[in-house]
Amino acid sequence: MPIAKAFFLTLMLGAAMPVAPAGAEVLKVAGPWEIAGIEPAQTGYVFSRLQVAETLVTTDRQGALVPGLAESWSVSDDGLVWTFKLRRNAKFHDGTAVTAENVAESLQRTLAGVGVLAQAPIAGIAAEGGDVRVSLTKPFSPLPAYLVHFSTIILAPSSLEAGKVVRIVGTGPYKVKSLTPPARLELEASGTWWGGEPGIAQVNYLAVGQGETRALMAESGEADLVFSMLPVSVDRLKANPKLDVRIATIPRTRLIKVNAASPFFDQVEERQAISAAIDRVGTTKVILRNPDLAATQLFPPAMKGWNDPEVQPLEKNLDKARALLKSAGWVPGSDGILEKDGKRFSVTMLTYASWPELPPLATALQAQLRQVGIDVKVSVGNSSEIPARHKDGTLEMGLVSRLYSIVPDPVGTLLQDYGPTGSDWGSMGWDNKEMQQIVEKLAASSDPKVREPLRKRAVEILQQELPSIPVTWSELAIVSSKRINGVEVDPLEVNYGLSAIRWAQ
Amino acid sequence: MTGRGMKNFLVLRLLQAGIVAVVVGALCFVLMRVLPGDAAMRIAAGRYGPDARITDAAAKIRIELGLDRPLAVQFFEWLGSLARFDLGHSLVTGSPVAHELQVQLGASVWLAAAALLLSLLIGPIVGLLGGLKPGGTADRMGLFGAVTFRAVPPFVLGLVLMLVFSRQLGWLPPAGFGSPREILLPALTLALGLAAISSRVTRNAVAAVARAPYFAFARYKGLPEAVVVRRHGLRNAAIPVVSYLGLQAIYLIEGVVVVESLFAYPGIGHALVHAIIERDVPMVQGTALTMGLMFVAIAAAVDLLTYWLDPRMGKNA
Repeated sequence: MPIAKAFFLTLMLGAAMPVAPAGAEVLKVAGPWEIAGIEPAQTGYVFSRLQVAETLVTTDRQGALVPGLAESWSVSDDGLVWTFKLRRNAKFHDGTAVTAENVAESLQRTLAGVGVLAQAPIAGIAAEGGDVRVSLTKPFSPLPAYLVHFSTIILAPSSLEAGKVVRIVGTGPYKVKSLTPPARLELEASGTWWGGEPGIAQVNYLAVGQGETRALMAESGEADLVFSMLPVSVDRLKANPKLDVRIATIPRTRLIKVNAASPFFDQVEERQAISAAIDRVGTTKVILRNPDLAATQLFPPAMKGWNDPEVQPLEKNLDKARALLKSAGWVPGSDGILEKDGKRFSVTMLTYASWPELPPLATALQAQLRQVGIDVKVSVGNSSEIPARHKDGTLEMGLVSRLYSIVPDPVGTLLQDYGPTGSDWGSMGWDNKEMQQIVEKLAASSDPKVREPLRKRAVEILQQELPSIPVTWSELAIVSSKRINGVEVDPLEVNYGLSAIRWAQ
Repeated sequence: MTGRGMKNFLVLRLLQAGIVAVVVGALCFVLMRVLPGDAAMRIAAGRYGPDARITDAAAKIRIELGLDRPLAVQFFEWLGSLARFDLGHSLVTGSPVAHELQVQLGASVWLAAAALLLSLLIGPIVGLLGGLKPGGTADRMGLFGAVTFRAVPPFVLGLVLMLVFSRQLGWLPPAGFGSPREILLPALTLALGLAAISSRVTRNAVAAVARAPYFAFARYKGLPEAVVVRRHGLRNAAIPVVSYLGLQAIYLIEGVVVVESLFAYPGIGHALVHAIIERDVPMVQGTALTMGLMFVAIAAAVDLLTYWLDPRMGKNA
């Protein structure tokens, strides 16, 4: 049949034609983040991680603050004025110099919008004598850490049209060659970077939402560098001789947010019982394929100074859980579910699928809590549901994923999470004066001698009171092809250091 | 069809398009409002991601977008803009809906067209071979293939194709867009599902034609087999296949949602799912509207094509 033959040939031709890779000199990167809108507060992290735009302050691989576009910074004696000295040789991609006026303007715009800067006690940002001055309403030691956040990337005035960001004109080693939202970003060496020329001049980024597809991109050689692998794929990828897998613990904790004002969680014994009833090791072993991620305290070991090796670890102990619940007045009813004053211990756990591991974790917790007589209904919704139910006070339990490096100093996150009214992803109905005072003092002081004991006490309170019940820590897995050298994992995910990558010889 | 008939046909279709536009717009608007959950919160989560302070962002968004104004005002505003052919701006990305549609719907149309083309290369040929000899080996194999590919969900089929063509053979990329190389796998995933049905429709139509007296007569009068099939078989058998193409457009829309997400293909199915989750009303309205109008256009094209294949139909109508 001539038609069948023609069809066969067409298919074969279509399949065989593209075997030769087009443009082998391009570094192909794949990650899960889509570029929906280029407003820095929305997707600035893509441009920061891929080194298109830079912030005044950045972090090294250990998470310490290091100079970015600012060469150095200092604070006045009263702690109310921060001065940032800019790099002399920094240039925007459009060739114009980075001046204090441009930077102040860019930051003022950020301050007026949504993002972390609006949460700091900032009175004003101005350019003065070639430096950028940030004046505060009260002393605030984590300010430089706030200027690491991706929403504070410094953009050239030519990025804006009618007050809106319409293109990204940054200062990094790469500039945008073309952007096809939401999935593709093509970059090329900017030729204007203060840090020299990047090792590989062309980078293509592709947003691939499905974890399994990302793994296949790495395996088929269609991507040289792939971010954020699913735990189930990691072992298979490690066994592949053409690939390198790098893993870093990141400062993200999956935790149960409980409404400490509800009759189910208002006593500390109840919260401690929940904590003792859950099997962190078993859960992380099965779902995350790594038992070391069991969160025996809120902050993971990678957060030096915040993870306290001496604190009593949170562990599974069903007898203790039952005893605690009994002391809180809960006794088993006829069907095994606990009761108190005629009220059944039956609660709804809200979670969301923005992180694929949360729904399976929630169902595992559901089964574990059933063992001590707590009936949990799991409801998977949109991520905005938890803040909404926090606000109207109807939330009972929520399984959330909380990032402590939104600003690299966790004080920024603690200030929100454990304040008098709690916050979206923090405590709810838990009003602890001591904790609030500690966090306020931490925010006001930059003296390590003052901060150290405060930090220790804060960790103790969180471990004892459990306004948020830690379940697992997190890790980030990155896969790279053996064709490239110089890949490093940034646990804070500020900058993926693409410019340091070279082709393997 | 006479000139007058054609004019009536076009007026009818245009009228239909107008009704579709208003009904789809109104339905989207109402449905998006009755969905549970606070719209400003949803938009905030869509814009700033699940690590942000959503409550604070939502408060700003509510003012920015005027979400607390009466619903009627918001609806008539949309209708007014529509009359000026302005679909508004996406609440999440901030870019004009028309531009997003151009990029994403454009990408999907390419994908759908490639899938349809591939399915036409596979389905009708398999069906023709089966229909000429019902019960034969080709027919049985066609049936087996059709059942298999229709029963396997596109998600699984896509993964299997990726494993074979990307991981094992290394021929095609598992994700991406922009070149014919990248469109092949997602298109093939859709095409196999489409061909599964169209091959059976073709097979039945061909079998019916092969049994028809005019087909036997053509043979009796001594025409070679190839000419019999081409002149008397194909055209008659094509009528149900072409009508069925219209229905397949629906399968395609359903299929692209899954296939686009799997293959990281930035099409409209993927965008629509995000827009609904993030309560991006203008985006949902714009997408639904364009898709509704596309269906009207497809239906019209199928009608015209069927009439061209079988002019008797126009006379009866």
